Amino acid sequence: MTDNPEEIKKHVKVYITVFAALAFLTVLTVAASYLKLPLVPAILVALFIASLKAGLVAGFFMHLLSEKQVIISILAVTVFFFVVLMLLPALSSSSLYVS
Amino acid sequence: MSDNGIRYISKPHPVTGVTNSKLGIWCFLASEVMLFGGLFSAYVLLRASAPSWPHGPALLNVPLATLNTLVLITSSVTMVMAWASLALKDFSKYKRYMAATILLALVFLVIKSIEYAHKFEHHHFPSTNTFYAIYFTLTGLHGLHVLGGVVVNTYFLFPGSALWKKDPEQFRGRIECAGLYWHFVDLVWIFLFPVLYLL
Repeated sequence: MTDNPEEIKKHVKVYITVFAALAFLTVLTVAASYLKLPLVPAILVALFIASLKAGLVAGFFMHLLSEKQVIISILAVTVFFFVVLMLLPALSSSSLYVS
Repeated sequence: MSDNGIRYISKPHPVTGVTNSKLGIWCFLASEVMLFGGLFSAYVLLRASAPSWPHGPALLNVPLATLNTLVLITSSVTMVMAWASLALKDFSKYKRYMAATILLALVFLVIKSIEYAHKFEHHHFPSTNTFYAIYFTLTGLHGLHVLGGVVVNTYFLFPGSALWKKDPEQFRGRIECAGLYWHFVDLVWIFLFPVLYLL
């Protein structure tokens, strides 16, 4: 991260904008839940908005947009294994159907 | 620095380009992703294999959880502002933002306690059904993380802040690491909120 005070002040303005976006997206998530969508579209909408919010927090508050390659590499491996974890229920469900 | 001290905690390591402290906290957060990932995976498995699953808003207090989401998001902003204040060498502003972060975290825990108390009053416990089992497990583990963050941030607000006078760069690095942890706690809640309360 930069040490330049002017750059930091610019970052502060970005943090406030991101905060407003996060608050708006939170209200949007709750509003979308009142649409009474069928389960699958409801899951997709909720997870899409949550992913947007997570991207904003990780990208700006955790400074991942300007982070060094070594950190990005660690996270890439983490994301891979996280996806494997999320796929495990699907694997076990399909094995239930086979048996 | 003495020879047996931990090296590269203020200056970046020449090989990785980041401080060892930052590399360490990111490795820790990677393990945390797997911890919560395992529980999210369990949630998917339980929900997919259940003959029926309750609709979150029918059992849980959505307005209170929405308020809690906004509280945690605000605390993430105050945390990053605390770090930015140190970068601008404004220590008194840092103290104000860090105090606000701790206060907001305590507000989050109080609201969560109200939710829990309401559930217990109605005899809804982790043993009641699968939904409450995973609800209490996920929110309870997240709550413990919030509590951990309060302890660490309180240390950095009071005794730990003495380092600012001795080594400002190292202190700012510590606050950056504490901030990364705190934003991760916020990130987990960003997914917990819709998954448990809205779907």
